[in-house]
Amino acid sequence: MTSVADLMDYDEVVERFDPMLGLEVHVELHTKTKMFCGCANEFGGEPNTHVCPVCLAAPGALPVVNGIAVESAIKIGLALNCEIAEWCRFARKNYFYPDMPKNFQTSQYDEPIAFNGYLDVTLDDGEVFRVEIERAHMEEDTGKSLHVGGTAGRIHGAEHSLLDYNRAGVPLIEIVTKMIPGTAERAPEVARAYVSALRDLLKALDVSDVRMDQGSLRCDANVSLSPKETGVLGTRTETKNVNSLRSVERAVRFEMTRQAAILAEGGEIVQETRHFEEASGTTRAGRRKETAEDYRYFPEPDLVPIAPSREWVEELRLTLPEMPAQRRKRVQAEWKLTDAELRDLVNADAVDLVAATVEAGATSVEARSWWVSYLMQQANTRGVELGALPITPAQVAKVVALVNEGALTNKLAREVVIGVLDGEGEPEQVVEARGLKVVSDDSALEKAVDEALAAQPDVADKIRDGKVAAAGAIVGAVMKATKGQADAKRVRELVISRCS
Amino acid sequence: MSLIRSTAAELAAKIHGGEVSAVEVAQAHLDRISSVDKGINAFLHVDTEGALAAAKQVDDDVAAGRPVASPLAGVPLALKDVLVAEGMPTTCGSKILEGWHSPYDATVTRRLREAGVVILGKTNMDEFAMGSSTENSAYGPTHNPWDLDRIPGGSGGGSSAALAAFEAPLAIGTDTGGSIRQPGAVTGTVGVKPTYGSVSRYGLVAFSSSLDQAGPCARTVLDAALLHEVIAGYDDRDSTSINAPVPPVVAAAREGASGDLSGVRVGVVTQFSGEGYQPGVLASFEAAVEQLRQLGAEVVQVSCPSFDYALPAYYLIAPSEASSNLARFDAMRYGLRVGDDGSHGAEEVMSLTREAGFGAEVKRRIMIGTYALSSGYYDAYYGSAQKVRTLISRDFDAAFATVDVLVSPTTPTTAFKIGERSGDPMAMYKADLCTIPSNLAGNAAMNVPSGLSADDGLPVGLQIMAPPLQDHRMYRVAAAYEVARDAAQGGPLIQRVPQLEGI
Amino acid sequence: MPSISRDEVAHLARLARLAVTDDELDLFAGQLDVILQSVSAVGDIATADIPPTSHAVPLTNVFREDVVRPSLGQAKTLAGAPAAEDGRFRVPRILGEEA
Ligand SMILES: [Mg+2]
Ligand SMILES: [Zn+2]
Repeated sequence: MTSVADLMDYDEVVERFDPMLGLEVHVELHTKTKMFCGCANEFGGEPNTHVCPVCLAAPGALPVVNGIAVESAIKIGLALNCEIAEWCRFARKNYFYPDMPKNFQTSQYDEPIAFNGYLDVTLDDGEVFRVEIERAHMEEDTGKSLHVGGTAGRIHGAEHSLLDYNRAGVPLIEIVTKMIPGTAERAPEVARAYVSALRDLLKALDVSDVRMDQGSLRCDANVSLSPKETGVLGTRTETKNVNSLRSVERAVRFEMTRQAAILAEGGEIVQETRHFEEASGTTRAGRRKETAEDYRYFPEPDLVPIAPSREWVEELRLTLPEMPAQRRKRVQAEWKLTDAELRDLVNADAVDLVAATVEAGATSVEARSWWVSYLMQQANTRGVELGALPITPAQVAKVVALVNEGALTNKLAREVVIGVLDGEGEPEQVVEARGLKVVSDDSALEKAVDEALAAQPDVADKIRDGKVAAAGAIVGAVMKATKGQADAKRVRELVISRCS
Repeated sequence: MSLIRSTAAELAAKIHGGEVSAVEVAQAHLDRISSVDKGINAFLHVDTEGALAAAKQVDDDVAAGRPVASPLAGVPLALKDVLVAEGMPTTCGSKILEGWHSPYDATVTRRLREAGVVILGKTNMDEFAMGSSTENSAYGPTHNPWDLDRIPGGSGGGSSAALAAFEAPLAIGTDTGGSIRQPGAVTGTVGVKPTYGSVSRYGLVAFSSSLDQAGPCARTVLDAALLHEVIAGYDDRDSTSINAPVPPVVAAAREGASGDLSGVRVGVVTQFSGEGYQPGVLASFEAAVEQLRQLGAEVVQVSCPSFDYALPAYYLIAPSEASSNLARFDAMRYGLRVGDDGSHGAEEVMSLTREAGFGAEVKRRIMIGTYALSSGYYDAYYGSAQKVRTLISRDFDAAFATVDVLVSPTTPTTAFKIGERSGDPMAMYKADLCTIPSNLAGNAAMNVPSGLSADDGLPVGLQIMAPPLQDHRMYRVAAAYEVARDAAQGGPLIQRVPQLEGI
Repeated sequence: MPSISRDEVAHLARLARLAVTDDELDLFAGQLDVILQSVSAVGDIATADIPPTSHAVPLTNVFREDVVRPSLGQAKTLAGAPAAEDGRFRVPRILGEEA
């Protein structure tokens, strides 16, 4: 455990050192089947039920490449502005580990399917930072181990382990950045923004669930420091187990302060794998290997090379959806948003939701105000992401329409939304069930107005004397009597006409 | 002729014609196995029940007047224990898989079953097909029916011995560096390594993925061709499977049997003679070439200089791939587990199990392969060996530009004595000198017996090689040669195997 | 050219997960040396201008449709396991990195 005394103050870190970043992201594709066999690619499920001779590495079984996985890899490469290899192969990465049935991972080594690209990342203040992409390559996931005995779930001290190979062989794309220089004090922010932008892009491509919490998007962060303006590369560490966007930022920041403290005291950084601890926001050293890994890569002889024709690549390029960055530019113009408004929308992860709500008939102003204010509050109180709220853009649009028709007041509309969120059905059903209709029947309102005027004769007199401002008290009384279901503007009109 | 001495084609005709039942044929072979296999040790597992049930199915079809499943329906076969089959153990001749039952059928196994071929059981082999003598089996060596003190070749010695001992008329072998052809040569039987990619490798427990190929073993060229057509063909479970029609090998074998080879150009590989070749082997080879000439073939000498580098390239590529292929035998999911007593972690249990479960030759090759793939040595070893492959393919291409088939002795010597070479890996490896080039280039090659060596009275084999997917060319030549040989030598060579009864 | 030491053999054995005995270290050191000396001949003709061949028959783009095929089922999957528990393969404790 690193104590606070072992860390350097962040301002001092960036005064004395230049950080160098490198980010490796593994993304699980959401194909129907695994990378090399026809087993279902499904999250969860009873253990060892999505397993066949191929992904179990039964003697004699052979892999066959999932064509859709290759297609997805090419799309990702294109979206990341990469070159697509004219010819590439899978290789075997040989090392023993019980969660890897063949004891080699079928991966790509020196011949990735996509390479030399970039991703433009928008930072919080609107500045665009270009992150260069080294490569995106195809590989397969491992099984999952459960450690029994010792400290619950921890590998150390466990008495034995239990293995489930449902995840073994799930298609993975590994996306590796080139070294990212020049981030200075914004290194943690750049790291987070990059992963966030990558996540949005993968989501737009519809190739993955990109759920960091479920492990379908995983980030390893390489961090090193070099003394300011020397350009001398420092020794890097690789932090794994970073399971949220916020953690990416925290992990990078923590490593910077930890490494800086060591370097400042003349110490040396150990090149090692570190694990991010969510609870404390710190990293700790993994098990150090006595000898350097020698993966003995060689071309996978059970598979044949992949040679995507240029026609195929161009066909796939045509299928690419609008990329998130372009889309943002477009909606900003269409919806006439200031930079700040756009940023709020993006930070709330609400662009798609607002767009869909507009599609369903609301104006962008109406849609935005619902999603980034009231619904955002609801998401926060309910502890879920905005997109995970149980309300659809179509339902929001319907509520907006009801308000515009005068059938709901804004206050009632919020109640309807609560009803939808609480699972009471469609907006109309909630209106019906909760009895939330605006009282628009003038005769009923006139009766209520007359009663209120009778109850407060002095106020009524003031109004008759031309003190129109006094009408507010009567309107209030009517609203109270109708339990807020009246349209206040109409009530006011009635009050004034009754007194004239 | 007794049932066990009949050819597969003869048996099929009798079974399909209702002259004899498939059950009788299966039982005759099962009886033969009971009476002679103690001394041969060709079988690791005999599936009496399964064989009789499969035979009964064929008899039912015949009795009901239904068309039989294939031209070989009802004919018994011995399956090399490197191909998985549900309902039978698969050991690959290794302790590490002792008692393991595959949860699935190999494609070859499935095709055999669908063709109504009666699988008698699984045959002995060098552990994981690594060897040329079947001495590397964890279940004891197989003995050559021609001389029980000698090796039956390897790695498919169980299959070749089963044929020569009349325990089965058909067998399946696998050939990574000669493991079908060399056992064929030293037992006087026919063995074919089809073009790489023409028989599915799905369910063939991998030794060296880029070289392994399953193929037919039989006592006649026609029988081999009939079996070839049953097992070959595209399989979408094997990415290296060739999606093309199976070469017309049965038609070629029938055509060749007419005995005319006029218009066929035969190239003699000059590299495969001289030092290290037994005089009796060379004499038999030369006589065979002369016979081809008399059948009308035009014979020319062809030089393939890079073939001299085939053996070293092979002994880099095969162990490298094997070191990775055999990594899955780690005591975690199936097979042997040693040392799981609570005091050892997974890594130690893996190491203890592999140490105890693998024999010396397997360990030696895993070590060579691990070394050859290591980062500092990849280019010098594995990388260079892959370049040698290119050169060998170029030599073949150049040769096949001028000749239709190439010929050579299948092995430099006849069957050696059990134990004679076991302490000297390099001497053992030389048994595959002539067969390896075709594995590296992927083309078709086969052994057809050419007679007995004058030195020791043991079988000698003629190797015939054809370009990729031109397997039928060599069948034609082999069938023509077989007829001429039998005529010249006074009957089929295989009938001269010593009596084995009562051993 | 290579001369394989006992230490190197021990390192290879560790990489390959073989708990070799002391006797084997000596035996393999000698045999590997002989074999590697002999196979190093490939370097004589494998010049830089020659492309390597990894597959005897050149094929490319062999893909499978993304269609689910039946899995083995838990019982069949675990049938050959040396040990199983709760539908999972039971293995000795794993020392190493946490996944
Ligand atoms: Mg990777
Ligand atoms: Zn599977």
